[in-house]
Amino acid sequence: MSEITSDQVAHLAHLARIALAPDEIERLTGELGTIVDSIAKVSEVAGPDVPATSHPIALANVFRPDVPGATLTPEEALAGAPDHDGSRFRVSAILGEEQ
Amino acid sequence: MRDDLTRLDASELAARLAAKDVSSVEVVTAHLDRIAAVDPDVHAFLHVSEAAVSSAADVDSRRLAGERMGELAGVPIAVKDVLCTADMPSTAGSRMLEGWTPPYDATVVRRLREAHLVLLGKTNMDEFAMGSSTEHSAFGPTRNPWDLDRIPGGSGGGSAAAVSAFEAPVALGSDTGGSIRQPAAVTGSVGMKPTYGGVSRYGAIALASSLDQVGPVSRSVLDAALVHDVIGGHDPRDSTSLADEWPSFADAARAGRASASLAGVRVGVVTELNGEGFQPGVRQRFAEALELMAASGAEIVEVSAPHFEYAIAAYYLILPAEASSNLAKFDSVRFGLRAEAGGTVEDVMAATREQGFGDEVKRRVILGTYALSAGYYDAYYGSAQKVRTLIQRDFDAAFERTDVLVSPAAPTTAFRLGEKLDDPLAMYLNDIATIPANLAGVPGMGLPMGLAPEDGLPTGLQIMAPARQDARVYEVGAAVEALLDAQRGHRLLADAPSLAPAEMGAARAGAV
Repeated sequence: MSEITSDQVAHLAHLARIALAPDEIERLTGELGTIVDSIAKVSEVAGPDVPATSHPIALANVFRPDVPGATLTPEEALAGAPDHDGSRFRVSAILGEEQ
Repeated sequence: MRDDLTRLDASELAARLAAKDVSSVEVVTAHLDRIAAVDPDVHAFLHVSEAAVSSAADVDSRRLAGERMGELAGVPIAVKDVLCTADMPSTAGSRMLEGWTPPYDATVVRRLREAHLVLLGKTNMDEFAMGSSTEHSAFGPTRNPWDLDRIPGGSGGGSAAAVSAFEAPVALGSDTGGSIRQPAAVTGSVGMKPTYGGVSRYGAIALASSLDQVGPVSRSVLDAALVHDVIGGHDPRDSTSLADEWPSFADAARAGRASASLAGVRVGVVTELNGEGFQPGVRQRFAEALELMAASGAEIVEVSAPHFEYAIAAYYLILPAEASSNLAKFDSVRFGLRAEAGGTVEDVMAATREQGFGDEVKRRVILGTYALSAGYYDAYYGSAQKVRTLIQRDFDAAFERTDVLVSPAAPTTAFRLGEKLDDPLAMYLNDIATIPANLAGVPGMGLPMGLAPEDGLPTGLQIMAPARQDARVYEVGAAVEALLDAQRGHRLLADAPSLAPAEMGAARAGAV
């Protein structure tokens, strides 16, 4: 039985940068506990002698020639931005007051 | 007369266009008219292109000028909204990207344009492709053309509904755990998940990068193959793209259709994909399909894949883990939504992600963050990756004795809207038959099998082959399709309600 607490979900939400409302944290705590219980069975068969697969068809050393290719113009790159100054993305303060 | 054009396959439209019996403008206009008539109820489309008719006119003038173009030139196609289109919004079904038009085309979209297909619009989907019913779209669900009170599958319910409602002859989808094959099964259409790396993922808004694969959606195996031939092949912009030289999948499909025979084909039946949790009518149609294949010369071999029972568990660790990482890009800085919130950039980011993501997306991002956390990583994500190895070994062992593996493509027929929305685990079980192929990277197709006796709704057959043997899937798939169509006397979709405006009210009331 996994023991996922609401404090844990609140911490995960902070790590994932999602400002969950208190009722969402409560609901997710219950749901995640159920989901984790049902998927924890993977450890039953994952013995130390089984290698991990990260990728279904493994490719190694995928390189391209080191020459400039087509890239976005600054205008294109900024076209979908919520805010910009013509050449850079604009955001609110990077650091909070206590930092 | 014009409405007949929407009933034709892409291959038939291509032949008529090449013969100049019909213009692309006529074909595209017929489909736009059909969309206008039925999509208010089906809601397969999130966006209908304003450039479709002018694109079609351009193809017509090129043809009249004698320009040599691809076989599908002038044929309309719908595109799942997970794929970037430089001339249309690309939202992946999320408020986060509402109204966002990307600065570039996905490689598969570029290849469609270069082959002179005409883009009709963008199709609805579960938000960021997370779901099996299209109910998780931020813009409202798509409805199943067979019964408007039921789901069209997901995440690519929009593309499957578009082709099965005759709003488009072909479409593109993406399949991370069954999002092409399961919608095909429940809408009576065809969908192919290619070998991982067979089709470029560049410009496909990523869900789980080691599982995602773009593929065709259609009403016939040949049409899927024709589209696959256009979109497939190596792309240097995708580092997981395979450099293989691929054979013509259309040739493979034509060979299978012409032979309509499975003589000498070793067909493996996966014990674990045909038992508990599979609806009786689905199992009955599957047993009948096996009999038909055997009568046509196939050697039916029972195979066991003992680790498939761990596939869903592994999938729901790997997918959320990769998704939580991929969705970090939605940070309110470079594109998409920015919430009106004070504070630091991180405060704005967290408020934006709270507002912009739906419940299922939040659930999976939090689950993925948990699975990747220090202290849990080895037990969950690490173990899931080992299960992946075991599932690949099961496939390898099965394919030593068989040429293809078959199963039902979905465990049930289409369920009612809302029925599983509050039960994530029940929703996840819809992909029980399709997830193993994604974990192993092998190709898989869903195609119509027959109507379930208990509810009269479509069931789907899944055909899988070893990695890189996509042509085998098309050849066997086209042969099975020909056998099933011949036995039935017509294509399964001929049994679907016509959705003519006068019948819409009746269909909604369940009377059709």
